[in-house]
Amino acid sequence: MTGSLLLKRRQFLGRGLAGLGTLLLSGCYDLSQKPWFTGILGEVENLTRAAQHLFAGPHTLAPEYAKTDIAPMFRANGTLDPGTLEYKAHAAAGFRLWRVTVSGLVERPVSLTMDDIRKLPQRTQITRHDCVEGWSAIGEWTGPQLSLILAAARPKANARYAVFYCADPMTAEGDPDHKYYESLALSEAAHPQTILAHRLNGAPLDVAHGAPVRLRAERQLGYKQPKYLERIVLTDSLAGIGGGKGGYWEDQGYTWYGGI
Amino acid sequence: MTIADQAVSPRNLTARLRAALGLAPAGPHYYVYRHKAFVRAGHWINALCLLVLLMSGLNIFNAHPALYWGNGSNFDHPALMLGAYQDEFGQVTRGVTEIGGKEFDTTGVLGASRYGGDLISRGFPAWATLPGPNWLALARQWHFAFAWILVINAFVFFVLGFRSRHFLKDLIPTRADIAHLGREILEHVRLRFPHGETARRYNGLQKLAYSVVIFVLGPLIVLTGLTMSPTMDSAFPLLPILFGGRQSARTVHFLCAFSFLGFFIIHIAMVVLSGTWNNLRSMITGWYAIQGQERRP
Repeated sequence: MTGSLLLKRRQFLGRGLAGLGTLLLSGCYDLSQKPWFTGILGEVENLTRAAQHLFAGPHTLAPEYAKTDIAPMFRANGTLDPGTLEYKAHAAAGFRLWRVTVSGLVERPVSLTMDDIRKLPQRTQITRHDCVEGWSAIGEWTGPQLSLILAAARPKANARYAVFYCADPMTAEGDPDHKYYESLALSEAAHPQTILAHRLNGAPLDVAHGAPVRLRAERQLGYKQPKYLERIVLTDSLAGIGGGKGGYWEDQGYTWYGGI
Repeated sequence: MTIADQAVSPRNLTARLRAALGLAPAGPHYYVYRHKAFVRAGHWINALCLLVLLMSGLNIFNAHPALYWGNGSNFDHPALMLGAYQDEFGQVTRGVTEIGGKEFDTTGVLGASRYGGDLISRGFPAWATLPGPNWLALARQWHFAFAWILVINAFVFFVLGFRSRHFLKDLIPTRADIAHLGREILEHVRLRFPHGETARRYNGLQKLAYSVVIFVLGPLIVLTGLTMSPTMDSAFPLLPILFGGRQSARTVHFLCAFSFLGFFIIHIAMVVLSGTWNNLRSMITGWYAIQGQERRP
């Protein structure tokens, strides 16, 4: 074989491989836009959830740490201040009039002031906060178990999800119709480490971390643990709420299952 | 006898294909069946999975381009960080890589790279990530989907590998392999590869490389990946302890990924240097040409 032929073949090979790479990449990108493909990815989420539930029953506990493990600076992420007039008024009044309500598919709706929440039996847990971005921070959280409050509200038999409505608007204009919301399976909401946290590292929750009260669901990623919590509504379906995907970030494409 | 007279078997089918493409080995040679079907299928599924997992992993990493040791993230002292400098107008001017407190200028590749013309702040450049733009939600979905395929493929491969004695017979280095490792390394460095009958079997260095990837790196990258899941940590609290914390596990996961990349680069180089078409053919059809003689001795 002549040298020039060999060279041509090498060029052909090189270009072919580069072309294949580009095709593969743009192909991947195009695939990501196709409903049938995102449908498959959605099925993968269900597979992951089912597999994880196989190993982690309803009561397996997230690791808890020692006081010495607590991060010197617990990073605050997402909304750092809801900034609405209403919220500012609450903050100025020391959140005395703040209420957390439980309604929807319950026998007996519940409405709790911050004083009521502080008077319930408390759980203090030093846990690791895992952000979907990849970082972690350890902090000590205090608050009543949500399971206690749910038991008092007596969920109806058809209740499947707990939907959490928050005070922080998610648009630059502060549109009250687009506030942060999230949802958990009822079993995860009733997990022993799922608490309505009103204290972080021994001090009342500050505004950046979700004052006056936020959800902690320790087997979930950070976006599943909403801050500035106002209302909990039990429901049998997530369709028709917000974008229909079960949460603010879910409506932007993040998976509803946040255990991984 | 013309080619058309011969019965169609995988062997002469590939011979005809090669003849058509002008890729027939020069000189006397004969073919041996080198790779079983499950090895070949597993190999190519792995190759696809590793490519997608690496590139989607780099996109996920870009959401927080820093690594730490321990359970939590000590933001002031990352083990590794890809960052960018901006001028007073907010325009990115420089990309840097910080390793253990030391800063290196990596503008254009790490920390800051061009996307749509402008230099923007992003850990790994768009050409290395899947999808191209920073898109954590979608990259995670790609990553988990192909992680499932990888794990299922690995499971099948392990079962068949043990049952067919492929692992014991062909992969685990023997005492003789270990004893000859020094000479093997020297031969590889001189780019002298086994020929003839000795090329039928993996050499010691190959066995060692494949064994480390299959039995060490593979399990390690899966376990460190699972350790990053808070629900898995509740099911297996030993996982984060085993790796020295969730952030350590994330760092090990990253190191494993780049070890895979290193393996991949050397692997491709060896494939090319020791006979691209012969190697490719044997991993596609199973048939490997032994050169020097017309017939098997």
